[in-house]
Amino acid sequence: MSTANPADTATTTAAAVPASPAAPAGTGADRRWVWIVVAVAAVLPLLHAVVPDIVSDYRLFLMSTMMIAAIAVLGLNLLTGFNGQISLGHGAFYAVGAYTAAVLMDKLDLPYWTLLPLVAAVCFVVGFLFGLPALRLEGHYLALATFALALAVPQMLKYKWLEGLTGGVQGIVLLKPEAPFGLPLSEDQWLYYYCLIVTVLLYWAAWNMLRGRSGRAMMAIRDHHMAADTMGIDTARYKAVTFGISAAYTGIAGALSASAIAFVAPDSFGFFLSISLLIGLVVGGVASLPGSIIGGIFTVLVQNSAQALSNFVKNDIGLPYDLSPYSVYGILLLVLMYVMPTGIAGGVVLAWRRLRR
Amino acid sequence: MSVTRRGFVGGASAATALLTGSAALAQKGKYDDGASDTEIKVGHTGPYSGPASAYGVIGKAIDAYFKMVNDKGGINGRKVKLVSLDDAYSPPKIVEVTRQLVEQEKVLCLFNTLGTATNTAIQKYMNAKKVPHLFLATGASKWGKPKDFPWTIGWQPDYHTEGVIFAKHLLVNVKDAKVGVLMQNDDYGKDYYEGFREGLGKDVSKIVKHVTYEVTDPTVDSQVIQLKDSGANAFFNIATPKFAAQAIRKAADIGWKPVHYLNNVSASVAAVMKPAGFENGQDIITVAYLKDPTDKQWDNADDMKAWREWMAKYNPSGNPGDAFNIYGYAVAATMHKTLEQCGNELTRANLMKQAANLKKLTVPLLLPGITINTSATDYYPIQSVRLQRFKGETWELFGDVMSNESA
Amino acid sequence: MEQLIQQIASGLANGAIYACVALALVMIFVSTDHINFAQGEMAMFSTYISWQLIQWGLDYWVAFFVTVVVSFVAGVLIERIVLRPLHSAPVLSIVVVFIGLLAICNSVAGTAWSYLIKEYPTPFPKELFGLSGLIGAHQLGVVIVTLIVLSLLYVFFRYTPLGLAMRAAAQNPVSARLSGVRVDWMLALGWGLAAAVGAVAGMMVAHIVYLDPNMMAGILLYAFAGALLGGISNPGGAVLGGFIVGVLENLVAYLGNAIEKGFGVYIIGNGEKLTVALIIVITVLTLKPSGLFGRVVVKRV
Repeated sequence: MSTANPADTATTTAAAVPASPAAPAGTGADRRWVWIVVAVAAVLPLLHAVVPDIVSDYRLFLMSTMMIAAIAVLGLNLLTGFNGQISLGHGAFYAVGAYTAAVLMDKLDLPYWTLLPLVAAVCFVVGFLFGLPALRLEGHYLALATFALALAVPQMLKYKWLEGLTGGVQGIVLLKPEAPFGLPLSEDQWLYYYCLIVTVLLYWAAWNMLRGRSGRAMMAIRDHHMAADTMGIDTARYKAVTFGISAAYTGIAGALSASAIAFVAPDSFGFFLSISLLIGLVVGGVASLPGSIIGGIFTVLVQNSAQALSNFVKNDIGLPYDLSPYSVYGILLLVLMYVMPTGIAGGVVLAWRRLRR
Repeated sequence: MSVTRRGFVGGASAATALLTGSAALAQKGKYDDGASDTEIKVGHTGPYSGPASAYGVIGKAIDAYFKMVNDKGGINGRKVKLVSLDDAYSPPKIVEVTRQLVEQEKVLCLFNTLGTATNTAIQKYMNAKKVPHLFLATGASKWGKPKDFPWTIGWQPDYHTEGVIFAKHLLVNVKDAKVGVLMQNDDYGKDYYEGFREGLGKDVSKIVKHVTYEVTDPTVDSQVIQLKDSGANAFFNIATPKFAAQAIRKAADIGWKPVHYLNNVSASVAAVMKPAGFENGQDIITVAYLKDPTDKQWDNADDMKAWREWMAKYNPSGNPGDAFNIYGYAVAATMHKTLEQCGNELTRANLMKQAANLKKLTVPLLLPGITINTSATDYYPIQSVRLQRFKGETWELFGDVMSNESA
Repeated sequence: MEQLIQQIASGLANGAIYACVALALVMIFVSTDHINFAQGEMAMFSTYISWQLIQWGLDYWVAFFVTVVVSFVAGVLIERIVLRPLHSAPVLSIVVVFIGLLAICNSVAGTAWSYLIKEYPTPFPKELFGLSGLIGAHQLGVVIVTLIVLSLLYVFFRYTPLGLAMRAAAQNPVSARLSGVRVDWMLALGWGLAAAVGAVAGMMVAHIVYLDPNMMAGILLYAFAGALLGGISNPGGAVLGGFIVGVLENLVAYLGNAIEKGFGVYIIGNGEKLTVALIIVITVLTLKPSGLFGRVVVKRV
């Protein structure tokens, strides 16, 4: 007779990161959709010649930031969604990536396209090192330890002895990347393509990894740690390495953002960043690769729509009460969680299935 | 919503109105994005959420000011449309909303954007796009560089100069000074501190203790204790309102009575002095360039009366003792005058030219004797202040107007 | 030496704040197995309610108790209305809901009461047992109140049937239900209790740090660290953890000062408090993964 016992409170959290109904890595149908999306995305900036107002530089910039957020959420998803280790501190790795890129560009004058492998390496090491003590932490403790990390990083960036390198509170001003080979692209259009290429590569890499042995091992660890251990999977190694890879992904996103925003400062990487990544993960769909992309898009869009909704309420409905964008944001989150607790990716799949019946 | 289309329609209808001979107050002129015969679109961002949300009040005051201006007929017959977005005091966010304002909303200019890191993030962009980046809400000394950034201009007296002024006053008035400094660990704090050190010159060793705090710290009580223990008899308080109030109260609680210099950012009676306790704040020294709403000597001044009426009618939810409402009114008035000075040539280039051409401009609520001056080489609009001391329940001005006017 | 004592006393004073909030955090965890990120904001909101009541003329202690009751009811309602539909949702989704609550509480408070800091009265006299020079009368009061609340909770959970039922519902919902415990209502009660304790924490804290909508943000993270350190399943441990964190962060500053004075080199100081707190928390957790006094969970296969 197996009754639930206190032990389950610890494992509940680990198992409470179930895959959303959307298949984690591509089934045939999924793959087709992915190709379509990529094709549309690749062609989009070229439409600028036809409809310059709609495919404006600003919109392309916005889409670049969405892709950057998507990569960051993808990194978090690898760790939390597919490996069951909750991280509330991925903003830390994002910051490390951004600052590494900024310092390399600023101090060593390295061109931006050489940076990504370097940034990935640095962030992998940092993630791995953090993953080691994290091995001993479970569920809530891990969540809070990562949370503490996210909070400490801005302080560390302001540390006096690093100021020469990091620019301290002043931050570092950077240059936006220009199109290579004299291609007739504006800075924003080139940035868009650059982010698109990186996103596609990273997505493909993740999909490959998850499809294979490593992916199955990761998910086995998530679903039942003890069983995975017993089956001979080196859980310690997988967990630490996954931490590293996840950090590398998010770090790359940070490095891209350094180029996109052309400025890094400790204030950019506060605790809200980590929370936004987590929200993007959940809203998009935990343990779902397309969900990560949706999550990234959501992270960027929600700020704009909260503002727009708030203005709409203030100006058009004429409520005497000022509904600030922040409260709209909170309400939006609550509504989304009610309607689609497994994230948008999961919700879409469920709706699709229901329609097909 | 495509603004250009609306602007075009607006312009077309105005032109039609003129052609049909109806008396239109608006006149045709030269326009860039955001300006038309009937409307001037001005952009603004502010921290309406996040750690600096206390400063969101300024944005509300500015909005209320322009509502008043519109009710009175607008500027040269054109209504002002203020588009104000939330930047959450975050550099990436402000880059995004600034681009939205410039490229999507197509505003004529941006003004009174707040924060040093945030403004640094958009400075290059604004200058590259040649959009006026006016009257920034930060006293960082780096904004007045017309050669490198001809489109960016500050407004308030810069922190560096304020630090210098305090240092000079200290050297003259405090014998055997031993100074303790409480500093917020960011750009704003550092700017004041550097200015203070520069003002002390060779006497910089008079600083016996320098402690910092982070915005995430719950209290600065422990820092104040450290300062007292260092034996300091003078205290330079570089803290934002909440922490400044905590420091003032703690110093009184532990019986430390130094000569207390408070930075102007926290010189508001409603936001700092009252919560800290009036009895704890006696004899604190700070600088001022605007009239304080609790200072009884201005009760009968015309501009103060007008301000009070405006508060009652257009900004009723604002606190009448909060200096931020004065600040918002004054900076919006500066924008108002600058736009007025443009006449019918509402191009970005002309707007910038006028902003760099303010001669002895007085706006309401500036202290008497203080004017706004800019030129092609002087991008520091306000460079004069007066010292004031806290007595009773309000500030008492003393000394002359101290100026740091450059060419 | 005197400065060291001063710093420790000041650390205990800060620690009292963290301990109080940590207690509220642990309450939620013990009753519902969730970490409520919105706890700080809810406590802040309750404090604003009590402030408003005092503004309307109520006596401090009357306002205090009314607020505690109102917060209790609000906590129950939030659990019933907001969280009930999500009982079966994954943990992360519930975390997002908490963050939504956080956003709403914070911005509504800001809109309703503005972001100007407000003075909050203290019920304790200026001199308390003559120790106020060192630790401050109010801070001492906070410590006493925290300990009182802690003991009340202890008695409640240990010796009353309702407390037993709540513990059962948290640890083993299925068996508890089979034993006739109304598990759903136990969860709601747990939330109510946590909200009430949070309100107490907020009201104690507001006098020290000044009441404003962002009051709890800084405190929350130190409170989390304290709760972690002491063991998040153990209320007493969390309180102790809060004190330890408070003292530790001040000692870091003290140590940094001493090093600077002694060797003329600035290594650590006030700017590194958070970093050091992080390192300490992680080190302790690496050695004792359930916190200093937490319940060690033994997993059975």
